Amino acid sequence: MTTVERQLLAAPRTYRYYLFLLAFVFALIAWSVAEMSLRLDSNGMKIAFNIVGGLLDPDWKFLFDFTQSGVLYLLWETMAIALLGTLVGAVAAVPLSFLAASNIVPKPLAWMTRLLLIFIRTIPALVYGLMFIRVTGPGPFAGVLTIGITSIGMLAKLYVDAIEELDVKVLESMTSIGCTTFEKIRFGLIPQLLSIFLSIMIYRFDMNMREASILGLVGAGGVGAPLIFAMQGYRWQQVGSLLIGLIILILVIELMSNKLRAKIVNG
Amino acid sequence: MYNKIFSPKRIVLTNGKTVLEKRSKAPFVLFIICVAVYYSAQATGFNFAIIFRRINEFFTIVLEMLQPNWNYLDGILPELFVTLKMSFLGSIIGAIVALPTAVLASSNIIKNKIIYGLFKMVLSLLRTMPTLVMALIATYLFALPATAGTVAIFLFTVSYVGKLLFEAIENVDMGAFQAMQSIGMTRIQSFRYAIFPQILPSYLSTSLFCFEGNVRYAAILGYIGAGGIGNLINETIGWRDYSSLGMIVLMLVITVYVIETFSEHFRKKLM
Repeated sequence: MTTVERQLLAAPRTYRYYLFLLAFVFALIAWSVAEMSLRLDSNGMKIAFNIVGGLLDPDWKFLFDFTQSGVLYLLWETMAIALLGTLVGAVAAVPLSFLAASNIVPKPLAWMTRLLLIFIRTIPALVYGLMFIRVTGPGPFAGVLTIGITSIGMLAKLYVDAIEELDVKVLESMTSIGCTTFEKIRFGLIPQLLSIFLSIMIYRFDMNMREASILGLVGAGGVGAPLIFAMQGYRWQQVGSLLIGLIILILVIELMSNKLRAKIVNG
Repeated sequence: MYNKIFSPKRIVLTNGKTVLEKRSKAPFVLFIICVAVYYSAQATGFNFAIIFRRINEFFTIVLEMLQPNWNYLDGILPELFVTLKMSFLGSIIGAIVALPTAVLASSNIIKNKIIYGLFKMVLSLLRTMPTLVMALIATYLFALPATAGTVAIFLFTVSYVGKLLFEAIENVDMGAFQAMQSIGMTRIQSFRYAIFPQILPSYLSTSLFCFEGNVRYAAILGYIGAGGIGNLINETIGWRDYSSLGMIVLMLVITVYVIETFSEHFRKKLM
């Protein structure tokens, strides 16, 4: 037996483990497929063609209308909801993230805050939307608060990662030369965290555009409500113009946010 | 542009040389943000007074949700399983379809500009559509609500995993690929043996991460009639039965937590 063969035999045998995993995944697939059926709705194809037709031949007047019910205004409102919501979430996430960072506060407290964050993150946005409508009444204001609270979960999680990677040596050396607490925060903490926090915020703003566009489904403002009404009323040309506007806006914002984030991170 | 409007500050050094210091852009950016926030607040009717006056309404609901209705568990479980099935099937088919799509969209494997440009465009167009809107359209097409939800999740997974994957493919080390081509392998063979092993860990880990998110997304799809636990969310809110809603949320948190723990375990192994 050569050395090569011996080494080959000595390798850990993992195929049983992989076989088991594979069997498990296949069992799950089989279990899930039982629920599905590819049967189309009786007039599904007709509606599919109508949607495509609406996208190709949208209601142009509706698309370039800047009154309260026009597409441009609705998109502007959606953007406003996303922007303010991101800011609300970003501000609220800062204290929570410091409370959840295990290098700042004692472990049990950090663990408790993390549990709270998991709860905040898991409640679906639409549920928050319906809860905030009770607070503010239907309208974009409820949307802002909803986006704010749904952003907290992810923002805080990413903030915590940044805080836990803080370079504490800088702070120590500042203490050694006699800096005050304020100076330590201003020149030791903020320069380390600000660019990362900003980049996270811009990323979340990008995501919130998508979230804000569906909040209208529960009456929390933005482009969602007119979209669902147009669909229920089979007004496909209006659906087409709403979707076109939404897609273009989201694409533009994504492009801009990618450029900005690259600039912020690379300095 | 910016430096032309605000001329850089001149500093004369002790040896007589002058250096230019560019002005900070911070005040300018801050000004734009302030204007944007002001007009956004106008458009959305943002008002602190209302929050302080009526936020107790929010906490009344939260308090009711904190007393979950355990009897409702029997009603939740079947719908919860439908949600899990939707997200699982959508994620796995999506992840499988994402692989060839990502290969076709990466500019270092496909030399034809039109093909990879087209696939890149399809991926980014798919990504712009909010999942809920896709599910809404899908409910009109398919007879079974669960299928509509699965299709929406499938499309989202293709776009998400596909994008991250083609970025990974474009950033791999091409040396091995070229070496294999030089010894006479076809492009597909060299992809299989040179690039696939490099991207496999990140591919699997992205797919798992996407699955985690999809469970959360699938939970709301039922709200617009695309199957799963969202149905019950819609119902319980309609009845203002917040303790049952609390039970649903509790079950969701447990499910998501279990799945996250599993997926994190496997993702750590892949790293």
